[in-house]
Order: sequence, then structure tokens, then C-alpha cells
Amino acid sequence: MEQGTASLPELAHEKSILWRAPLPPSYINFVGRKLLRFILTVQGLGAFALITIGVMVSKFGVAPRVIHPLVRAHLARSGVRLFGMVMFVSFVLGLVVIGQTVSLLQRVNANQYLGVVMVTVVVRELGPLLTALIVLSRTGTANVIELGTARALGEVEALESLGIDPIHYLVVPRVVGMALGIFSLTIYLILGALFSGYLWAFLQDVPLRPGDYLAQLAASLRALDFVTLAIKTSLFGAIIATVTCYHGLAQPLRLEEVSSATIRAVAQSVILCMIVDALFIVIYLVA
Amino acid sequence: MSGEPIIEMRDVTVPSRRHIETPSIEGVNWTVREKDFWIVGGLQGSGKSDLIFMLGGLTKPLCGSYTVYGQDMTQHFGDEFLPCRLRMGVVFDDSRLLNHLTMAENIALPARYHHDLHTADAGEWVGELMKATGVQEFAHNTPSVVAWHWRRRAALARALALRPELLFLENPLRGLDGRQTAWWVAFVKQLARGHDLMRGRPTTVIVSTDEFRPWRGAEAQFALLEAKTFVVAGNTIPEDDAPLTQMVVGGGT
Repeated sequence: MEQGTASLPELAHEKSILWRAPLPPSYINFVGRKLLRFILTVQGLGAFALITIGVMVSKFGVAPRVIHPLVRAHLARSGVRLFGMVMFVSFVLGLVVIGQTVSLLQRVNANQYLGVVMVTVVVRELGPLLTALIVLSRTGTANVIELGTARALGEVEALESLGIDPIHYLVVPRVVGMALGIFSLTIYLILGALFSGYLWAFLQDVPLRPGDYLAQLAASLRALDFVTLAIKTSLFGAIIATVTCYHGLAQPLRLEEVSSATIRAVAQSVILCMIVDALFIVIYLVA
Repeated sequence: MSGEPIIEMRDVTVPSRRHIETPSIEGVNWTVREKDFWIVGGLQGSGKSDLIFMLGGLTKPLCGSYTVYGQDMTQHFGDEFLPCRLRMGVVFDDSRLLNHLTMAENIALPARYHHDLHTADAGEWVGELMKATGVQEFAHNTPSVVAWHWRRRAALARALALRPELLFLENPLRGLDGRQTAWWVAFVKQLARGHDLMRGRPTTVIVSTDEFRPWRGAEAQFALLEAKTFVVAGNTIPEDDAPLTQMVVGGGT
């Protein structure tokens, strides 16, 4: 059969034969390699996270005059400098959520659920996740590039030769700064989205007074929301910082490998944040 | 024999710094005493940098016995090694300054970190170090905009910031012109004799080099890295008929 002349049934038949045929050894090798790489990555990330926690505890009071300014600098980078972008996103998020739900709720005369929708969508889910993704794209990628370049240029060995723990100097400030940054930005994003949500509802002539809207929000919020929001956003920050620092620092890198390390770090950060988010949904369902 | 032994190696196998399971130099038997000044010569790829990396505690010996200030370097490699590490300084030939800091901040970093100082508190000492190494005009520049030979001097200043008793210099003369070479040789000799920066205390210095010629006249001891072995030559520059030795010596006596 010439290539390109097969009919669809013929192609389907060929495909079914391929499905039944044993996998070629090379394919098994491919899957095996992927699996091994996944296990090694999980192991490496876990070990790196444990080492980072160990250093945070054991060197808690070491060189505060050097480490605290670094924490503040990373907090500024992962928080303050992203404030404008986060406020823009929060404004759009309020529009998107309200724009989609108002017409739906009006159709079934259920405007009293506007607050519930905002709390469920913005406070519990999209707020923390969107903030984490913004910080990952703006600061997480920069982490991998900076640390990967520093590693490739031998700066890590230089720190070790000076008796400075690279994890303490390079990783701990990033983890603390990013955890605090995502936590703070999420609060601003949520407040902005709740405000802009009401603004859009007002512009769409939804008969809802500000007091009623706030009452709906207050009624929908539980104490657990505040606790899980703090834990979840801090965890997102810690995860993004740990994964990006791991890919920048943990293995010897050549300069040409920095870009692929950045791609891996972003993908793994997104996956881990999604997994953590899913775990928190389970907590909500159980609690 | 100028003082107490501070480095003792017995049948040590030095690892390659890039592939730490691969031996670079084998069977090293060497004693470095307090106030010693050693010049270790070898051609490119002979393992000079691997030796400096291991001496500086950045890699572990693959086998053998290696002690620094009585501390077993084959066993200790964590925080317990810190007091010993703070008595040493390492100068890399590619300087390895932190690119996100200015030259002054780089030099101040070890003192600030280990003595928990604000930038301003370390300013006077950093100024002295920069003046002594001649890099004060680049104080506020980041390393990437400064010529590499000045960066290497800044790396020396950074290594001296904690007033080390033991200093390792990785091929400090590589690629330098005559003027820079003369400065480095004079400065290192002064450190070995006792520099004002070190409050006049003689520093134990180990220098790696790919050419002995600039170090002629130094009151130093010499060793040669050849065919994965470490040969102690003593107080005179090794002179034999081996072509390799002649290349390192720099074309005979």
C-alpha cells in the first residue's frame, strides 16, 4: 500500500493491529526512562525540600543582618513589584466571574448566591492559584535562570569556600520571600476581585446593595477559609521556590542547560501546585 | 621545617572536580607546615585545580588519609568543618565572584556573614582590602563589567576578608601580563612573610601554577604534578631532563 492512499477503515484496522502488537523494546525503554526520571525527580525534590527545611531550622539565627535584607528583597520581588499586575488580574477576574454568573443567577432568580459564587471561585480556588501562576511566571523562572547561571559559573563553590551555606544564602530567602509574597498578593487579588465583582454587578444593574453583597460574602466565608488560604498560599510559594531553586542549584548545570531546566521547573511547579490545590478541595469537602 | 604540620596527606587519591568518582592524582604523600609557602606546578589537565578544590574542602579525597588542623577531612564535610574552613581562603583562577553583588559587596560578604555585620560596619575593612589589592575604583561595579584580572584581585581580597591562616591560590598567574604577574608574585610573597593586612602574621600559602619561572627567587618549596602523581621537589625548582618538567620550569635554568 502506498503511503497516503489508505482509507479510514484500513487505517483503523492497522491501528488496532498496532494496539495488540507487543510494544517494541525501544518503547519500553522510553517509558522506563520516563518513569525512572520521574522517581528520581520526586526523590531529588523531596531531599532538597528536607535539606532546605533543615537549614531553615538549624541556621535560624545565623547572620540575620545578611539574610533578612535578602528575604526583604525577595519579598519585594515576589510581592510588591507584582502588585500592579495582580491588581489588573483581580479587576479582570471580578469581571469574568460576575459577567458569567450574573446572567445565569438572574435567570433563576438567585442573586443571593452571588456572594457564595465569589467566595467559592475567587477566595478558595482562582485567587490563590492565579497568584501562584503569576509569581511562577515572573519570579520563579527568574530563580531558575539566576541560580542555574550562578551554578554554571561556579558561584556555589565560591560560597562553600567562604563557609557560607548556599542553601542558607540562596534558597532560604527565596522560599520565605516567595511564600510571604504569594500569601500577601493573594489577599490583594481576592479583595480586588471582590470589589471589581460588585462593580461589574452594579454596572449590569443587578439589584444588590453593597451591604447585602458584603453580608452574602460574610455568610459564605468560614473560619476554615482563612486558615486554609494562609496555608495554601504559603505552600504554593514554598513549592514554587523549592522547585525552581532545585532545578537551578541541585545539579551541576552547563550554561546551555539552563533553559531546559527552567522549562522543567515551571512544569513541575504547576503540577505540584495543582496537586496541593486538589488536596485542599478534599479538606473542604471533608470539613 | 618551619612549624607545626597543618595539612597531612597519606596515600591520598584526589578526585576530579568535574567527575568526583574519577581519580585525578593518586598516592599523594605530603605534609604542609605552618608558615610554609608551596608552589605546585603542572601542565594544563595535570590536576592542579582538582588538588586546590580538595585542599579547600570542596571535594573529598577518594581514598587515603587527609587531615587539616588535625581534622579528618575524609569524615567531616558539614557544619563541623566550618571552624576549620574559616581558617582557610581559596582564590579561584576564574574569580567566581557573585555576579549579583558589586565588587565591594563581594569582598564584604564573608566578613558580614560570619560576623553578622551591616554593610556599613564592614566598610572600613573592605576599603583596606580593596586598597591593598588595587580594586577600589571598581567598588560599585558588578563583576561582569570589570576586566577579569581585576576580578581575580577582588577574589583575593574576598579570600583575605576573614584573615585566613592558610591560603590556596588556583593558578593566579594564568593569562596575566608582566605587570600583573609581578604584582601577584610580590603580594603573595608578602603574605607568606607576613602582610600588614594579616596583622603581620605569616600566611601559609599554597599556589598552583603551570610555570615555575615567575616564582624563581621565592623562598618557597616546590612540587610537581606529573602523570597523575605528586612529586615533592623541596626548596629548589625541579630540574631534570624530563620534557614535561622542563616545560613547567620554563625552558631550563
